[in-house]
Amino acid sequence: MSGHVEPIIGRYVHVDIGGEAHRIYFEENGAGIPLVCLHTAGSDGRQWRHLLTDAEFAENFRIIAFDMPWHGKSNPPAGWSGEEYRLTTARYTETVRAFCKALTLDRPVVMGCSIGGRIVLNLAIDHAAEFRALIGLEAADFQTPWYDTTWLNRPDVHGGEVCAALVSGLIAPQSPQAARTETLWAYKQGGPGVFKGDLYFYRVDGDLRGRVETIDTKVCPLFLLTGEYDFSCTPEDTARTAAAIGGVSVTIMKELGHFPMSENPGQFRRYISPVLGEIIKQSLQTKQGVKV
Amino acid sequence: MIPLSDSAADAVTTAFANIPVLLEQTPALIARGRFLDCECLLGPAGHPFHAAIRAGRIVELAPAPVLMRSWRFSYRAQPAAWAEYWRTPPRPGWHDLLALTKRGEAALEGDLHPFMANLQYFKDVLALPRNHFVIAPS
Repeated sequence: MSGHVEPIIGRYVHVDIGGEAHRIYFEENGAGIPLVCLHTAGSDGRQWRHLLTDAEFAENFRIIAFDMPWHGKSNPPAGWSGEEYRLTTARYTETVRAFCKALTLDRPVVMGCSIGGRIVLNLAIDHAAEFRALIGLEAADFQTPWYDTTWLNRPDVHGGEVCAALVSGLIAPQSPQAARTETLWAYKQGGPGVFKGDLYFYRVDGDLRGRVETIDTKVCPLFLLTGEYDFSCTPEDTARTAAAIGGVSVTIMKELGHFPMSENPGQFRRYISPVLGEIIKQSLQTKQGVKV
Repeated sequence: MIPLSDSAADAVTTAFANIPVLLEQTPALIARGRFLDCECLLGPAGHPFHAAIRAGRIVELAPAPVLMRSWRFSYRAQPAAWAEYWRTPPRPGWHDLLALTKRGEAALEGDLHPFMANLQYFKDVLALPRNHFVIAPS
């Protein structure tokens, strides 16, 4: 083999979710603390490819990114007959926990972006003891809607084009053109109605206002990082959410938008590296899953 | 936000009037809008333009009002919002057409189908002055 081969390994795991078998695609690299990464609404695990190939992070973390059912290479379940896809808080929470259980991960770290950031908050509310740390990117308990999601799936508007065009404004203007194009490409490839169905969780079912106050960061540390150019989940949304939680770490990331890990991986690395370092330090204190 | 001075607001209107010229210099953007034929009302609130778009080209940009001229949708923003949108780079929250509507600095009205079906086209066309717009010190 003469070509450059990346260290990422991709496989499928069969996971029972809601009493139904799902064939979930995931990619991983590294060894150590399990770090499960959740993609944004309407996209897939490719958003994490730069983190997955980061040799320094892979020294201490088993970095894993999976495609949610209906996304990327995780097909809808075999029993799906075409009814409208709608992600709910309960289903999303069950999916993440079932995936971690299927891989027998020992108290993983979960890092999610956008809807992934929102569900991280729900994991902190209801299942904190199962996780070593939780990281919410572009996360808040609620955000003010800024468009009507019915535009995302109708026969007289190209779904891929409109999904990508809508989220294009959430990318910071400083982000490299190639990374911007790649981030939007995933939105152009999404299945019909999937982005809209994810936003059912984000807009309707997953309102966590009045619930985040119960998060206990002594049980599980919580880190929130939001890009300054994210006008969907604004820095103010994250700050308001954090104000209700004791002991949460908040970082506002310069020159980043709603897709930090994919729109500008180098800039994102500057912000996520200290967070991962802190998690390593905490794990060293308990000697869990770290090379010592 | 603080309103622009009259001369700065005039500069925004002048920059807007030059968009068809800039579009003609951007063939890839014309190609993106190749299926678009539309009458719309665009520009600074108070001094918008009737735009006639044919196959992605702005074939007419006439200052409103034009007697009994119809339009399918309008996108109008405060002159200061256009000045912010055209900064290089724009500041957070001022960098996207829908960021401006979310913060109440722009209004999107009418039959939105042509706008949404060609959303990236309109975002890019209306950003064309970004590398050209300067407000002369008063």
